[in-house]
Amino acid sequence: MAGSTLWFSLLLAAATAGPATALWPWPQYIQTSDQRYAVLPKNFDFRYHAGSAAKPGCSVLDQAFQRYRHLLFHSASDSPTGRTEKQYAAEKNTLTIFVATPGCHQLPSLESVENYTLTINDEQCFLLSETVWGALRGLETFSQLIWRSADGTFFINKTDIVDFPRFPHRGLLLDTSRHYLPLSSILDTLDVMAYNKFNVFHWHLVDDPSFPYDSVTFPELARKGSYNPVTHIYTVQDVKEVVEYARLRGIRVVPEFDTPGHTLSWGLGVPGLLTPCYSGSKPSGTFGPVNPILNSTYEFMTTFFLEISSVFPDFYLHLGGDEVDFSCWKSNPDVQAFMKKKGFGEDFKQLESLYIQMLLNIVSAYGKGYVVWQEVFDNKVKVQPDTIIHVWREEAPVNYLKELELITQAGFRALLSAPWYLNRITYGPDWKEFYMVEPLAFDGSPEQKALVIGGEACMWGEYVDSTNLVPRLWPRAGAVAERLWSNSRVTDLEFALTRLTNFRCELLRRGVQAQPLNVGYCEQEFEQA
Amino acid sequence: MMLPGLLVLLPALAAARAPKSLALWPLPLSVEVSPRQLLLAPNNFFISHGPNSTAGPSCAILQEAFRRYYEFIFGFNKQHYGPTRTPTGTELQQLLVTVVLDSECDAFPGISSDESYSLLVKEPVAMLKANRVWGALRGLETFSQLIYQDSYGTFTISESTIIDSPRFPHRGILIDTSRHYLPVKVILETLDAMSFNKFNVLHWHVVDDPSFPYQSIVFPELSNKGSYSLSHVYTPNDVRKVIEYARLRGIRVLPEFDSPGHTLSWGKGQNDLLTPCYSAEQPSGDFGPINPTVNTTYSFLYKFFQEISKVFPDQFIHLGGDEVEFHCWASNPKIQNFMKQKGFGTDYKKLQSFYIQKLMDIIAAVNKKSIVWQEVFDGSAKLQPGTVVEVWKAEKYPEELTKVTEGGYPVILAAPWYLDLISYGQDWKRYYQVEPLNFYGSQEQKKLVIGGEACLWGEYVDATNLTPRLWPRASAVGERLWSHGDVRGLEDAYNRLMRHRCRMVRRGIAAQPLFTGYCNYEIEPL
Repeated sequence: MAGSTLWFSLLLAAATAGPATALWPWPQYIQTSDQRYAVLPKNFDFRYHAGSAAKPGCSVLDQAFQRYRHLLFHSASDSPTGRTEKQYAAEKNTLTIFVATPGCHQLPSLESVENYTLTINDEQCFLLSETVWGALRGLETFSQLIWRSADGTFFINKTDIVDFPRFPHRGLLLDTSRHYLPLSSILDTLDVMAYNKFNVFHWHLVDDPSFPYDSVTFPELARKGSYNPVTHIYTVQDVKEVVEYARLRGIRVVPEFDTPGHTLSWGLGVPGLLTPCYSGSKPSGTFGPVNPILNSTYEFMTTFFLEISSVFPDFYLHLGGDEVDFSCWKSNPDVQAFMKKKGFGEDFKQLESLYIQMLLNIVSAYGKGYVVWQEVFDNKVKVQPDTIIHVWREEAPVNYLKELELITQAGFRALLSAPWYLNRITYGPDWKEFYMVEPLAFDGSPEQKALVIGGEACMWGEYVDSTNLVPRLWPRAGAVAERLWSNSRVTDLEFALTRLTNFRCELLRRGVQAQPLNVGYCEQEFEQA
Repeated sequence: MMLPGLLVLLPALAAARAPKSLALWPLPLSVEVSPRQLLLAPNNFFISHGPNSTAGPSCAILQEAFRRYYEFIFGFNKQHYGPTRTPTGTELQQLLVTVVLDSECDAFPGISSDESYSLLVKEPVAMLKANRVWGALRGLETFSQLIYQDSYGTFTISESTIIDSPRFPHRGILIDTSRHYLPVKVILETLDAMSFNKFNVLHWHVVDDPSFPYQSIVFPELSNKGSYSLSHVYTPNDVRKVIEYARLRGIRVLPEFDSPGHTLSWGKGQNDLLTPCYSAEQPSGDFGPINPTVNTTYSFLYKFFQEISKVFPDQFIHLGGDEVEFHCWASNPKIQNFMKQKGFGTDYKKLQSFYIQKLMDIIAAVNKKSIVWQEVFDGSAKLQPGTVVEVWKAEKYPEELTKVTEGGYPVILAAPWYLDLISYGQDWKRYYQVEPLNFYGSQEQKKLVIGGEACLWGEYVDATNLTPRLWPRASAVGERLWSHGDVRGLEDAYNRLMRHRCRMVRRGIAAQPLFTGYCNYEIEPL
């Protein structure tokens, strides 16, 4: 790119100018200057441009205006009263929004365009985007550009931004099976995701320990499989609330129903679904993965995923497929007989393959796309070419970068999570390791690299619930957010630390319990309500 | 007071006998539980003073505690109450709290405070007896832990007999309000959680290099210039509030003003206190530890610690003394001269000792006792008898315990309990398995171990993450310091701690999970 040196000088200029130093993630192109304009809360307004395809009544933007007005100015009333408001020669009291294409009532998708430009100069205070989703990203950036002087006046500097994401899939995984997360924890997380320009909530709903999804078709699943069928469940209404809350923030909700392993909690509500394990010639009383040899299994899955396909509107479902333990299948004489009949020999990967293929057929029949964990690829399950493979293992069977190389070589799209397991905590500023990951640092053609559609930060739930979720997530997940949004050359750790420290204080100001990066303080510390 | 025979019950056996619903933490010295269950009706149950108690309604410590524990037991939502009346004969109607000796109601707790108590739960009236209010507070906590609420909302308690007293008298939590400021509210919440775990010392590492949030009356410039901001300070009123809140829970507040190192923030508000460092025969503009060679230093310290000795009622002041960097002293020509004059050669440990001894004389002059970090002992400063040494270096800490106790000094163990050093998984087990007396030494030496502290240093901790990072990990240390040395079973500890953690959550403490699972009541963000 010809503009590379120019780009770096811009970056440095911004690094020294105070006001832009809370921008997170860093925009693709930015030019700021010391010239500033006052913003007066009581006069300030967001306005649709007359030619905008999104107009008043556009729920996504109408509500975003309200949110950002509150985020920006809710503390403005604390400023000392009785002080005569100064008149500023240069004021910016309207942000005009122009959205090129309609689509206020749609859902965001993998293909959604999130580009925007933001122009703040003597003539304009203008946000231009192709879609409402781009406008949302631009509003967030706008809110991060406004700063407050010591006497409480709001300012915005003369700024030009052209911005777009590096990767279209920028996700965060929450695990509501190992610990139940109250709905309010999930909604709060969606808010902070939007501040970080994340756009996919990967909801790992169910797993071995509990089944909190309250299925309409199979109410016994949650009744028997949840920690508590009254207090520790998500009803379809709850899911709808999450999906709509996410949509209003330009976030997709990709639910994961992991099978055939990680399904112990399913078995409690659906007798006969799981494989009975044998000890010697007798059932041991314990259960293994979903039983892949019975028609009833596929009948159940057909009905279950019909419901899931309609409750979760995103095109993609995550079907799991990780860590299938073969020992229980091996122990079961019926499974052994089935293996023989099919000519699988001792190769249980073929049995897994059979199950996964049946499942994928069911789901594609509902017009859905799917994401699976890397084992499905590693175990050479035949999957359709449009399958997305999710890489989560750091070193085995190969290093994750090599895995990306292999997956894209085979022509599949890939998602990266391996280096971003935020549940794994260590002492010190581990965000730097998350930050320094380069997802495309593998050998491969440009076509291969283009198949990496993004990544996800994962917060598995063994040691995480509503007591510690927020400080464990933020600002650590922010490091992943910037890696997935910003230009690959934005890798300067010192510059990142300055901005992330400021951004973390901004999160505190917004009421988010984001933990500190290092010794220091924020003007406004977190105080429990 | 109780049958002496009960004392011989093995604690492990006692735990095994306790029904599954019991989640006592830390485990009392002796517990005997009968299968007979009593019901409690919120509107027909009272906690009150026994007729022969030396404490009465004028005893604020107990009055407040009765109110607190009533609420912890029955919750705040009256709609969840079970049947208003229960069949007579199986109901517990009252807990009578009797303080036997001089109650110490208006005193502050101290290192030798008596925290023992006995508890006899029998229908219709349970009896809690203690020599002092401090034991009564511990007994109330235990009593509240005996009560179980079933899924229908009914409160039950088993008839039981408990005799209890702590293994170590000093059971502390260290918080660091210099690296990050902690709002007073967070400190008070920590004191609450400490009382749920029978901790009795808040080691308040108030100031350090990064900031000086303590607002001194005599030297207001210290915090005016040395705090992060004027809103990141503890006013005299804040400090009083913390001390009284702690006293009401039987917790001592042990202030640490660490010197001569770790004092960068002091220098901002007190000119000429710190050593100017030199680079190529010129002052470099940087500052090192407190300047130990000038008289102004000691007159300042005298006035400062005179104030501290009045503001903080505890008998002890923690003087720090750790990690003193010598290179700045070594760079300064005036200090070099002083060394020559004193005949110290180039042994800066001698200069450090010189400083510490003068400081400890000041502390003695203001009628306080000193606690110091282990370097002060290692540096062979002549410590006054009775000076307490705190061992913090993880490497070879048993050897250090041997040495310090060989010297005849009381010792506090913190080394294996640095809770700020986080790692993935169930690290509480490591804290739990520490045996403080597992070092080479005589019986007399072992007796010099007065306890331990769980330390949560503040580099990466502030109000956003303090509570889940501290609890229930510190609870493991709490039991190690309170319960009998034989109470070590990890599985039993896990089962009790899991429930204890849910109880803390129920009481509004955001204690993080031990592992996969759930609590009946989860914390919900507002």
